[in-house]
Amino acid sequence: MKARKAGWIFVAPALLVLGLFFFLPVLAAFLMSLTDFDLYALRDAANLRFVGLRNYGHLLTEPLFWKALGNTVYFVVLGVPLSIGASLGAALLVNSKVARFRNLFRTVFFAPVVTTLVAVAVVWRYIFHTRYGFLNYALGIFDIAPIDWMGDPHWAMPAIIVLAVWKNFGYNMIILLAALQSIPDDLYEAARIDGASNWQLFRHITLPGLAPVLTLVSILTMTGYFQLFAEPYVMTEGGPLQSTLSVLYFMYEEGFKWWSLGRASAVAFLLFVLMFVVTLVQLRVTRREGQL
Amino acid sequence: MNPRLTRRAAIGGLAGLAAAGLGCARRDPGKDYVRFWSFGREGEVAVELIQDFLAEHPHIDVEVQKLPLISLHEKLLTAYAGDTLPDMCQLGNTWISEFVALDALEPLDGLVKTSGVVTRTDYFDGIYDSNLVDAALYGVPWYVDTRLLFYRRDLLKQAGFDAPPRSWDEWTQMMAAIKAMVGRDRYAALLPINEYEPLLVLALQLPDEVLRDGGRFGNFRGADFRRALGYYDQIFKREWAPRMSNTQISNVWDEFGHGLFSFYISGPWNIAEFKKRLPPQLQDQWMTAPMPGPNGPGVSSAGGSSLVIFRSSPVKQAAWQLIEYLSRPETQQRFYQLTGDMPARRSAWQLPELARSPYANAFHQQLDRVRSPPKVPEWERIGVEMRLAAERVVQNQRSIDQAVTDLDRIVDDILEKRRWMLDRRRPT
Repeated sequence: MKARKAGWIFVAPALLVLGLFFFLPVLAAFLMSLTDFDLYALRDAANLRFVGLRNYGHLLTEPLFWKALGNTVYFVVLGVPLSIGASLGAALLVNSKVARFRNLFRTVFFAPVVTTLVAVAVVWRYIFHTRYGFLNYALGIFDIAPIDWMGDPHWAMPAIIVLAVWKNFGYNMIILLAALQSIPDDLYEAARIDGASNWQLFRHITLPGLAPVLTLVSILTMTGYFQLFAEPYVMTEGGPLQSTLSVLYFMYEEGFKWWSLGRASAVAFLLFVLMFVVTLVQLRVTRREGQL
Repeated sequence: MNPRLTRRAAIGGLAGLAAAGLGCARRDPGKDYVRFWSFGREGEVAVELIQDFLAEHPHIDVEVQKLPLISLHEKLLTAYAGDTLPDMCQLGNTWISEFVALDALEPLDGLVKTSGVVTRTDYFDGIYDSNLVDAALYGVPWYVDTRLLFYRRDLLKQAGFDAPPRSWDEWTQMMAAIKAMVGRDRYAALLPINEYEPLLVLALQLPDEVLRDGGRFGNFRGADFRRALGYYDQIFKREWAPRMSNTQISNVWDEFGHGLFSFYISGPWNIAEFKKRLPPQLQDQWMTAPMPGPNGPGVSSAGGSSLVIFRSSPVKQAAWQLIEYLSRPETQQRFYQLTGDMPARRSAWQLPELARSPYANAFHQQLDRVRSPPKVPEWERIGVEMRLAAERVVQNQRSIDQAVTDLDRIVDDILEKRRWMLDRRRPT
């Protein structure tokens, strides 16, 4: 009984801080999502109306919200595997014993992570430029007609994905690199003596060795990618034709541009529920695979 | 970097901090301190502009705080929510109704009535009117901004026209002729699809209101808006204008010089930009012209910035004196010389360099024909929705019929709260 009390005392500061700066704001945001808090309410609390779940109902029938959700899912479904694939590929390359200048490449691949997106966006805008861009120039060598990357609703999101993958793969590369180096060398040696091919080494030693880290990395990347915001904000402002509008961007516009904080809070909660469900599914799947 | 230099910079910075601290501590209780927020280019020159004012009014001290233009709207609202608004501020006149709805602005009618400097009749009517909400004045126009045509004289001449268009029909003819002349890769006009102003101007040129019943409902289904949208749409459908946004073009001035387009709807700030950025051989080949209208010269939007006093200010009298100083014709002229911003007062336009400038002349004519966009707090959002609806039409995703019906539905939804507020205010 006494030990229990002591335990509470020890965690009390952390709980207090969490409660004050996390649970309380979340609760407040939830309450706000049940009202039509806006500019008028900011002036006078008497202009605030309790609307129950109407914000949620409104969002679920709002085509733009679904469009934003569709865009975000598109970004996640394509971006996360690409990003992790690129990280894994880069990690294998810079970990390879036959590669030269490994430290140089590690630094180079990590550099995009630490650069400022806003500065990088300026360069990328020129790379994607329809008339003078490097990308279209390179495609032109293969006789591919120029693509209007930032102006064509079909191509803007792929362009954003390319930028996001390039910007982020270095971070996961470092984590995967650390995991790669923790796989004991004797496993590879033993397998090689048994006559395993390179592919078999990768499939049966490297991948299982990386599995827990890959799960972690994919959950982190997925939650990060669901919160897509900065890339469209600096590159396309959600356009053209709202084809790069993400859920978070939608929330930002509702909340901070138009000051409909009630509706913006509802968006935040819907996004939270969605990410929670997806993460649960992901954990369930990886756990089942672990049992196999 | 030279280490000594950084140390010096650091010491300098510390000294500056100390001085700033002292400055606060030294606040003279007998003096009125006016905090004045100013933005972008205007912010940069405001300090220089008010030196004479400080000399004239030894009992007033003005602290000019300049803010960058990025996310300005968010910053102002955040300042309101956080109770940190300044005493006075430069405010885009389309935002005035929003801040009136917040009850943040001081009505200025009483002050103007007794003022010897701010004289109603000297201001352009449409611009002055854009500062009125329910017949009460909340801002004094500082500089004006309206949209009109920038055009290439040489290309127009090549296509067989000696003068810019005055009506929609003439404009149509010219765009068709220029497009036929320049071919597939070039265009007759640029109406950036990420701006709502070009379409708004066309809509304002027709008599109907964009919002009906005192800004309670959208009126985009009305015949006049359909006509404006139809005219706008055909400019794209016939490939007279590219479906491009400003950010896609990267360098509008270069492309204007290359002849990618011959007509461009833009504002006064581009006069200075074109003078600076176009090559010398093109300098006498471009000109400005008032907006062509449905039947002869048309109106344009009444834009610009006004000077406002916030209700929360404890030094309203001093702030008003500063507004009066900034509104003097001489100060307005000096302001024009520093920034190129066009004065809001007719008498300030007598400045020789302004009166003689052929580029400014078109603006001068246009300013007598301006109309204010709807004065509802939700306007900015409605304008963006209007632009998106137009973009869908231009990109062939919706017919005009569907687009205006959808737009009215969205706008009515945005205005729902406003209707509720107005109905509640009305005594029953």
